[in-house]
Amino acid sequence: MKNFLKVVIFSVLVVVFYTLFANKYIPSIKPSPPPAEAKLDLGAMTMEQFIHLGDEIFHGKGTCELCHNPVGGRAPLLDQVGKTAEERLKDPRYKGKAKTGEEYILESMKEPSTFVVAGFGVKGTNDTQSPMPVVTSGAIGLKDFEVDAVIAYFQNKAGVNVTVELPKEAPSAGAEETAHVMVPAKTPEEVVTKYGCGACHKIAGQQGALGPDLTKIGAKKNKEYLRRAVINPGAEIAAGFPPGMMPPDFGAKMLAGELEMLVDYLAKSK
Amino acid sequence: MRLFSVVNREIPIAKRRSLTALFLLFFLFALPVVKSADFFPAGIDTVYASEDAAKPATPAGEGEVKAAQPEEKKKEYPPAPQLKESDYPQVKYINGRIMTWMVAQLHLWFAAFVLAVPIFVFIIEAIGMATKDKRYDKLAYEFIKVSLTAYSITAVFGGLLLFTLVVFYPDFMKYMANIFSPTFLAYALIFFAESACLYIYYYGWHAMETGFSKWAHLTVGWMLNVVGTMLMFFANAWVTFMMSPHGVDANGVFEGNLWAAIHNHLWNPINLHRVIANVAYGGSVVGAYAAYKFLSARTQEDRAHYDWMGYTANFIAIAALLPLPFAGYWLIAEIYAYSQQMGITAMGGVFAWLFITQAVLIGALFLSANYYLWCGMERSKGAVKYTKYIKYIAFVIVTCFLVWFTPHTLILTPGELKALGGPYHKYLGPLGIMPAKNTAVNIMLLFTFLSFMLYQRCNKIPTVSWASRGNAFQIAIFVTAIINIGILGIYYGYFTNTVYKVASSVLQVASTLSVIILCTVINIFMYKGAKEVAPLQWGKMPDRSQYALFLLAVSFTWLMGLMGYIRSALRQHWHVYTVFRDSSPDAYTPTIGYAANVVTVATILFMAFVIFIFWLSTLSGKKETAHH
Repeated sequence: MKNFLKVVIFSVLVVVFYTLFANKYIPSIKPSPPPAEAKLDLGAMTMEQFIHLGDEIFHGKGTCELCHNPVGGRAPLLDQVGKTAEERLKDPRYKGKAKTGEEYILESMKEPSTFVVAGFGVKGTNDTQSPMPVVTSGAIGLKDFEVDAVIAYFQNKAGVNVTVELPKEAPSAGAEETAHVMVPAKTPEEVVTKYGCGACHKIAGQQGALGPDLTKIGAKKNKEYLRRAVINPGAEIAAGFPPGMMPPDFGAKMLAGELEMLVDYLAKSK
Repeated sequence: MRLFSVVNREIPIAKRRSLTALFLLFFLFALPVVKSADFFPAGIDTVYASEDAAKPATPAGEGEVKAAQPEEKKKEYPPAPQLKESDYPQVKYINGRIMTWMVAQLHLWFAAFVLAVPIFVFIIEAIGMATKDKRYDKLAYEFIKVSLTAYSITAVFGGLLLFTLVVFYPDFMKYMANIFSPTFLAYALIFFAESACLYIYYYGWHAMETGFSKWAHLTVGWMLNVVGTMLMFFANAWVTFMMSPHGVDANGVFEGNLWAAIHNHLWNPINLHRVIANVAYGGSVVGAYAAYKFLSARTQEDRAHYDWMGYTANFIAIAALLPLPFAGYWLIAEIYAYSQQMGITAMGGVFAWLFITQAVLIGALFLSANYYLWCGMERSKGAVKYTKYIKYIAFVIVTCFLVWFTPHTLILTPGELKALGGPYHKYLGPLGIMPAKNTAVNIMLLFTFLSFMLYQRCNKIPTVSWASRGNAFQIAIFVTAIINIGILGIYYGYFTNTVYKVASSVLQVASTLSVIILCTVINIFMYKGAKEVAPLQWGKMPDRSQYALFLLAVSFTWLMGLMGYIRSALRQHWHVYTVFRDSSPDAYTPTIGYAANVVTVATILFMAFVIFIFWLSTLSGKKETAHH
């Protein structure tokens, strides 16, 4: 019996150690919730909103950023693709059907293997096959207007003329045209989760440690400061933190209502 | 031998023979049914073009592919349903996801155990037949006895899992049945075949222990393994179809080719990974059983027997553990090949931190396995000459473990962040990426193999004339491999582009495998006819060494639970990735802490059941002793 108890206690202690390690010593990242679906009023959209939608899709639903980023080197960077698209058409390896930059980008999203940028093809295919999924099917499943919005975003980012046209009419009657990106958060906690503030800040029960602790920020800063800190984080850097760590584009990404809700929440956090 | 004669008396010889004949007939009948073309009606389609992998389901609305599908098939097979939250039945006080998760995990642990044990029981029985050493036969019988009760519990959890899925996910089960129903029936038939094989194998052990009947018995053991592995392959087909669906279009409409759905992109990598992992896991659980019996033994004879049993089980666990990281590497590479998104979600997204937890667990596995081997050297008087090397081996393994354990991005306080000047440490930062970890894992494997080599040779003196040259050659192989692994890891890992970085890891693995194979072959020839320093003193092991075996089994169990969670959670909010969305209230991905807590509760439940099984096996042993 003594041995039995010793073995049981030993085994339970091992399991408890692993559990504590997973709970206490690695960051508790709360994964994003599944993308919600909401109706989108396409007919009333301005070009600015359309570009903004493209931006959101690039960083969100489209999951483009998973590979097209400067860290992994898995796929070419797309900052200037609005410009380089025209040059790619002149590449002797290009055998596609596109005649314009816009058509090239569209083709590369729907038929990624038509032209593969040198060095980014599937291993062993001599850059004839792309590892990129077709963005209009599978887990990504972008709608045509969402693909257009991403192209508009690329063109705008590269500083060239935006040639894509706004969607002219609302989705077909009765069809549930959806987008996964324009659902406004309903509570400040949802805003924090949606924009991943807790990855760096201690806020709303999340334990980020890269940025300043915001649990009592309302006691030190007023609403004006807080609003500016979200929209233009480089304006003032909190003491003890290196500049350039906070993404500068929350002002563009956040809906106005969400921003105000977040600022109110922070101001009341005392 | 008298100990087991009760079992022999339980089934008369004539009845045993009829039972064997009946089973053989059944098996011969069942196997062709399973292989029948009826189950794979639309021919075989096993080619994966890479665009097919990236685009697992054919987009609906793209004319040519859609037009190629006969209209009646669309009527026959419905698309994946688009569910709402209200379509998922709720049972008061029970969370469907947690219950399904726990039951599936418990079923999987037991299934892994009962599939693994017959594999090495078959091998041990065959060794016993070849060497005519009765100890092997006794050991094999004791192993299979342990797995018999576990078999019943596996079936109970399998049934419970089916009911849980039907209750909480009826539409999902209906969809899967539309595609896989022939395999469900085959699974049930094979399950009967497995039960028959197992019962004949166990109850016929002593009735079939001489002459031709021993060969027949061994054949039954072989068939038990064949049907058991087939069962797992069927279950793997369902699970991998959910991750990398094949043979369906973008709307989830089944195209009618069952073989395509079974032989999806991840089926073979999972099959290989699970077979190897099951053997390692089974070895570790039986090792824990032996360790407990060793600690409770009252006679020196029992201590010696259970020491030997623990050693053999640990040997099996380590032998399977060594190639396991490579099988895991292949699986992840195939996940990347199938869907880069899924691969990045696993290794670079929210699950990345789980692999740091995994590193701790695998570090514990390696350290406990090595510690047990080092303690085992006490059995031999010839070990003295090697004990001085243990501290260096331990240092290398711990260093490699720390490299593997180093995260890419550190969690820092503002003060620490300021002191570092960024989130990456100047020196430790580079250790966070895969080239460093691949290098560390390969060196850790090599030094574990070195521990094993030292253990094996500590009681032997080679008599061949070329022994010193053989040793020198082995040292040269080790040194060359370590240098090669280091250069591949450092130069190609840090100073060239990603393509070479990934390719170099394959060469690192090749170096490690070459060392293991070459040194094993050299040892076989070099130690043929070797002199023994002194008889091995089985049972002369410190009690603390047995806790290494418990650590091995518990760590394996928890690790399997955690990795099972990752595999399943990679689908994120999809029942069937990209074609059948999960709209249940629990479709979100939980945090690592939450997952760890669920795995812990399941592990403790599993341990309680295992203790129950071991207790039952002890009762059976007492009964047999009492009869004599």
